Amino acid sequence: MAAIDDRSAAPEIESIDPNAVKKELLSKYPTKVARKRAKQIIINKVGDDCAAPEIGANSRAIPGIITQRGCSYAGCKGVVLGPTRDFVNLTHGPIGCGFYSWLTRRNQTRPPTLEDPNFMPYCFSTDLQDEDIVFGGEKKLRAAIQEAYDIFRPKAISVFSTCPVGLIGDDVHSVAKEMKEKLGINVFGFSCEGYKGVSQSAGHHIANNGIFKHVVGLDDTQKEGKYKINLLGEYNIGGDGFEIDRVLEKCGITTVSTFSGNSTYDQFANAHTADLNTIMCHRSINYVAEMMEKKFGIPWIKVNFTGAGSAAKSLRKIAKYFDDPELIATVEKVIAEEMVEVEKVQAEVRQRCEGKLAMLFVGGSRAHHYQDLFAEMGMKTISAGYEFAHRDDYEGRRVLPDIKVDADSRNIEELHIDPDPDRYRPRKSAEQIEELAAKGFSFKDYEGMMPDMSDGTLVIDDISQYETERMLEIYKPAIFCAGIKEKYAVQKKGIPMKQLHSYDSGGPYAGFKGAVNFYREIDRMVNCKVWSFLKAPWQTNPELAATYACE
Amino acid sequence: MRKIAIYGKGGIGKSTTTQNTVAGLAEMGRKVMVVGCDPKADSTRLLLGGLNQKTVLDTLRLEGEDVELDDIRKIGFAESICVESGGPEPGVGCAGRGIITSINLLEQLGAYADSYALDYVFYDVLGDVVCGGFAMPIREGKAKEIYIVVSGEMMAMYAANNICKGIVKFAEAGGVRLGGLICNSRKVDFEADMIVAFAEMLGTQMIHFVPRDNMVQRAEINRKTVIEFDPAHSQAEEYRTLAKKIEGNEMLVIPKPMGTDVLEKLLIKHGLAG
Repeated sequence: MAAIDDRSAAPEIESIDPNAVKKELLSKYPTKVARKRAKQIIINKVGDDCAAPEIGANSRAIPGIITQRGCSYAGCKGVVLGPTRDFVNLTHGPIGCGFYSWLTRRNQTRPPTLEDPNFMPYCFSTDLQDEDIVFGGEKKLRAAIQEAYDIFRPKAISVFSTCPVGLIGDDVHSVAKEMKEKLGINVFGFSCEGYKGVSQSAGHHIANNGIFKHVVGLDDTQKEGKYKINLLGEYNIGGDGFEIDRVLEKCGITTVSTFSGNSTYDQFANAHTADLNTIMCHRSINYVAEMMEKKFGIPWIKVNFTGAGSAAKSLRKIAKYFDDPELIATVEKVIAEEMVEVEKVQAEVRQRCEGKLAMLFVGGSRAHHYQDLFAEMGMKTISAGYEFAHRDDYEGRRVLPDIKVDADSRNIEELHIDPDPDRYRPRKSAEQIEELAAKGFSFKDYEGMMPDMSDGTLVIDDISQYETERMLEIYKPAIFCAGIKEKYAVQKKGIPMKQLHSYDSGGPYAGFKGAVNFYREIDRMVNCKVWSFLKAPWQTNPELAATYACE
Repeated sequence: MRKIAIYGKGGIGKSTTTQNTVAGLAEMGRKVMVVGCDPKADSTRLLLGGLNQKTVLDTLRLEGEDVELDDIRKIGFAESICVESGGPEPGVGCAGRGIITSINLLEQLGAYADSYALDYVFYDVLGDVVCGGFAMPIREGKAKEIYIVVSGEMMAMYAANNICKGIVKFAEAGGVRLGGLICNSRKVDFEADMIVAFAEMLGTQMIHFVPRDNMVQRAEINRKTVIEFDPAHSQAEEYRTLAKKIEGNEMLVIPKPMGTDVLEKLLIKHGLAG
């Protein structure tokens, strides 16, 4: 793959016609493929009332196309439950599945003392062998649960099914139930075989269902605190969660549980005692928020702590919900304090970054959230898309009634939830909710990524490797953000690449201090001279000019 | 060495037919190995005089990697070599994967080596070709010749037709061929005529018509093939004939499986509809 010759000569963005780009991307595909991809490559145009054009999403990746997507097991174990430190996350399958989902997202955790359990540095797997596939893996699973219990005495053990387990029909749920009775600790299983659904999104849903069914609501202890919230869909990558906790604490807001960065079993069991659910990653966790509202009466709101401005906005939203002048005043004070450093660094990096182009193809919310950070640096997101999001994450929850539920989604269990007879307690009365709504406060609302993007930007769902390369060649962006699978192909093109799954080795990027980190990191990357040395001098200018030393 | 796989609908008499045929060949002085590919491990019972065979997969499980050929082979009637692949108990694991594992192991251990001077290897495969594992014996480098045990019953013919579809797939890739249909009679009306016609439509032959005889049951309850139990009985002679026909068979074809409607028409034509 050739490096792009002269990146400094990025084209005038106004001179590129997005319609022509779309046509160009599709031109290589066979008719049927092109027809499908055309629905997933959309030129953004935000209409009146913030309506975005319809995009194809959450549909099967096309065989032969190099997709960014992961599997259901990765979504369930790797993303949602992997970051929990004190229960044993046991992968039932061949060893590779366990190994490659082990801390690869750089989720951090911080046990209060050295004595507190932290199993995250361990990788637990039943290590299925050929003979276990032939004779069934249930015996080995039972033995593994027993062994994990004997060695670690965890509060809970969860079992994650990999593809072969689903094929041979091991009944992980009955083994879990049996061992739960035998050991007297919570043991539960997930049927998150990799092939379920069209992407890791199916695994998120399965994880949400499982944790809700088996853990949430088991512990009624009331945590001290005046303003108690849960932070959902925050996975503490690179320490994001620590920074958000710091800010919330400073404001006097108590986090009952985080799903699932830096989390513990007890936090999940106790989550129903919070008075508000705040959602960071809408895609991976909205199911739990919905179910908690139905069962326990906890309303949910969408927040975003990525970007200093967004973090401030989210804090104000939380304060407004609790409707307490004292909290509102504290939040304003905290924001004012934090923004001093943020604004200073912002002004500095803007001198070097203003007007540069970014592309983000990552996750199910990150491609949206990180646009705020880039905007704060004066950079423009010219194209973005998700790996595994659904239409509501692109166009907003307003389209939910119009989303056709296909067979792949129906394959995932949908829990039927009723109000808990003892624990259901609406946190806000109907009048209070109405009152807040009248003041412009929106509950359970997510506007989606597209209404926040400029007209003429390209929104591409489940971008392929080919499309990625063409986009880099056409737009020559200053930076491209995705995951490890895309990283080196992008860099070989001579374009800086930032991983927004694992943050490479950086972070935190959330909250105020995170924003400062991000500005500095991106400033360093986009202004780094190293990319201009990808070609040797004689490759760009073959003529040698010299003079004789003796003259 | 000729490698032969026997397929057919469940309960049609594959194992009985295979073992009696093997007994016929062994009696003629041929060196034969039988590989049972059924998790029930009952494909060599009649040759061994009982179900006392330690299966390949059980041995692999007990001994780990340290498996010797002699751990998994037993010598049966007339020096026939008996191997049972084995597999999981019903309802767990993956029997198909088991067959793949055990046939690979047999190859690695050199069970087919020239030094054994085998004339025949017979694979007795469970029921229908339900998954990739049960097609293992007819993949490239394995069995080159298939015989399908069938009767005049509709479902048996239906299964045979399906098996032919599998053979076509592997014939193109691996060179496996259909050697013929063995009719194991159920005393259905016009049975022989119908199977001959069926074979013709598939582009193959009915290699032999094995009449129904209670002697087979009597021999089985005594854990023996008919050839061993009552060598002079007419049924023993039927199996010897079948063995000779297989030995002399040169008609190896890629079958032409038919649509269900065509198959049903054939049944009606030959009087099944009454």
